[in-house]
Amino acid sequence: MELVRKLASVKAREKLADGAWQETVVKWSLIFTGAAFLVSMMVLPLVLIGVEAMAKGWAAYVRAVSEPFAQKALWLTAEATILAVLSNTVFGLAAAWLLTKFDFKGKSLLGAIIDLPFAVSPVVAGLFFIMLFGRLSPFYDTLQAYQVAVVFAVPGIVLATIFVTLPFIARSIVPVMEAQGRQEEEAAALMGASGWRIFWQITLPNIKWGLLYGIILCSARAMGEFGAVSVVSGHIRGKTNTLPLHIEILYNEYNFTAAFAVASILVILAVVVLILRNLVEWNLTRAERTGEHEL
Amino acid sequence: MSYEVELKHIEKYFGSFKAADDASFGVEKGQLAGLLGPSGSGKTTLLRMLAGLEQPDKGEIRIAGRLVNDVPARERGIGFVFQNYALFRHMTVRDNLAFGLRVQNVDDHTIKVRTDELLELTGLTAVAKRYPQQLSGGQRQRVAFARALAPNPKVLLLDEPFAAIDAKVRKELRSWLREAIHNLGITSLFVTHDQDEAVEVADKIIIVNKGRIEQAGSPVEIYQSPQTPFVADFIGESVKVEDYTQFKGFGDEQAQAGTYQGAHARMGIIRPEFIELAKDEREISLPLGAEQGVVKATYFRGSSMAVDIEVRGQILRAARSLEKEPLQVGDKALAFIHRIYSLDAGQTRIIENRAKRQESVVI
Ligand SMILES: Nc1ncnc2c1ncn2[C@@H]1O[C@H](COP(=O)(O)OP(=O)(O)OP(=O)(O)O)[C@@H](O)[C@H]1O
Ligand SMILES: [Mg+2]
Repeated sequence: MELVRKLASVKAREKLADGAWQETVVKWSLIFTGAAFLVSMMVLPLVLIGVEAMAKGWAAYVRAVSEPFAQKALWLTAEATILAVLSNTVFGLAAAWLLTKFDFKGKSLLGAIIDLPFAVSPVVAGLFFIMLFGRLSPFYDTLQAYQVAVVFAVPGIVLATIFVTLPFIARSIVPVMEAQGRQEEEAAALMGASGWRIFWQITLPNIKWGLLYGIILCSARAMGEFGAVSVVSGHIRGKTNTLPLHIEILYNEYNFTAAFAVASILVILAVVVLILRNLVEWNLTRAERTGEHEL
Repeated sequence: MSYEVELKHIEKYFGSFKAADDASFGVEKGQLAGLLGPSGSGKTTLLRMLAGLEQPDKGEIRIAGRLVNDVPARERGIGFVFQNYALFRHMTVRDNLAFGLRVQNVDDHTIKVRTDELLELTGLTAVAKRYPQQLSGGQRQRVAFARALAPNPKVLLLDEPFAAIDAKVRKELRSWLREAIHNLGITSLFVTHDQDEAVEVADKIIIVNKGRIEQAGSPVEIYQSPQTPFVADFIGESVKVEDYTQFKGFGDEQAQAGTYQGAHARMGIIRPEFIELAKDEREISLPLGAEQGVVKATYFRGSSMAVDIEVRGQILRAARSLEKEPLQVGDKALAFIHRIYSLDAGQTRIIENRAKRQESVVI
């Protein structure tokens, strides 16, 4: 009797150990798969970009990066990004304010329209701008008369970038505003505050981390945008080439070192954005947790 | 009599839902009035319309005699304490209090003096530098109160100011608020769904049900002469009985009970304080009119016992002093019902026990 019980308990323990062992195997194989996937899909390409960029030495790298067309492309990217962030910040704030603080007809329609650029392929967006402002456009003659070039020019690139990155800021602040409700604004209004004052002193401080998060996502997307910009740009070197387009051109000319060198600029920018994003995200969750908005 | 704050025939729809239905009431200058009603009855909606945060579809809103329907919220000069306080989360307690004054472009020195004074009044001086999230519920409540008072409003509206606070602190804050408001002499209207709170704090109680005003009056009036079946049922620990004529002393007497029209003509309401409970004949003043009953449950209430007693198949709620011999579940007991509210024809009438009247006639 005693013996049977002992045996049973040993078996049970073995079984337990068996189970724990299996768990460890599953855990480590999952970790390994995940890590292998990340390394082959993300880390390796990034490292290769660095290696390729440096293949002909530091001097070649510097030359490729500081070459006038590359510089021009960098500035154009910066210009498009800054303008896109500015206009989408204004639009995003207005849209989020409308969506969360007011009730009106067509509210859900506005929500859907904001998300449209997420759903539409960037290439289609680019074609849309060609239709709107290009040769086939009903406004083409007017634009010609005033000598305004939109398509195959900088304005087209900026417009395409704005369109593609439109949802990011609105979508980052809507949930924050929704969670906070309207009552703080109502309280301020009852104390006599004007709409302007309420916005700057109550709403904006409450959503600043969400807004910053949106701005960072928006910049990241704006810098990397290829499809829509490629359609409207016309690929005029030194005029309408952004960084991604410039990289493509270099690559198609078999100028791999230069292509990867310029690509490395985008990679560095992406890493900076990633770090910023994490900082802000950390602050956002902390602010939600403690409600405190001090850095 | 002129009211400081007045709603006249207010109607408000949310879609097809009627949240306010011909609501009229007023609050006198310096009075502290309580808006009492069940959840969803439209209390908050009425308060928000007064403040200008919501527009009525019909009716007039007057503040100090002036029609304010078209005056925006920020020009009405109303202090508002929200149900969940709505403190400015990124501002310290002091900045919260100062906001309303800054809006009015008051100079810094005056702001400092005024906020100091309010911090003192509300006992928040020690936490003036904290953010709202670093405060207890009671402290937040007081910040909300002080913030609403800072710009010297003519009228103060409070939406369930004690809802989020635990029972003990709530009691303290109630009497504190009552005193503070009376000392300042501000016309105030507060919302609650807790009748003890309304009775204890308010000079005047306004009972709301389904967007309608059922009755408005002093706590004593509301308690002693409820004018509608709803009020009779809602106020006090009321028990509804389908047919009150079954009880001794309330039997079929046309003259007393009217003509019994409609389905609920014999419906009545009995409150614990209407019932005299006794263990035996010696304990009761009018044994002849008393009903026999069986104790079904007892609840300790601190200062007394609540006793559920079954009389003629109907459970009634009565109170018993702790000084008297305790009743146990299953005990036989006597219940003398002094009076009943009859709900005949949508009107409440007080009906006294006939045994009482007869005996007084005999004497
Ligand atoms: N903005 C709104 N849209 C639609 N319906 C609403 C709105 N605000 C309130 N209601 C409805 O109006 C009714 C009254 O709401 P109100 O908030 O005034 O009730 P209340 O008496 O304050 O309740 P509580 O005690 O629960 O706070 C409720 O049925 C509610 O669902
Ligand atoms: Mg409410």
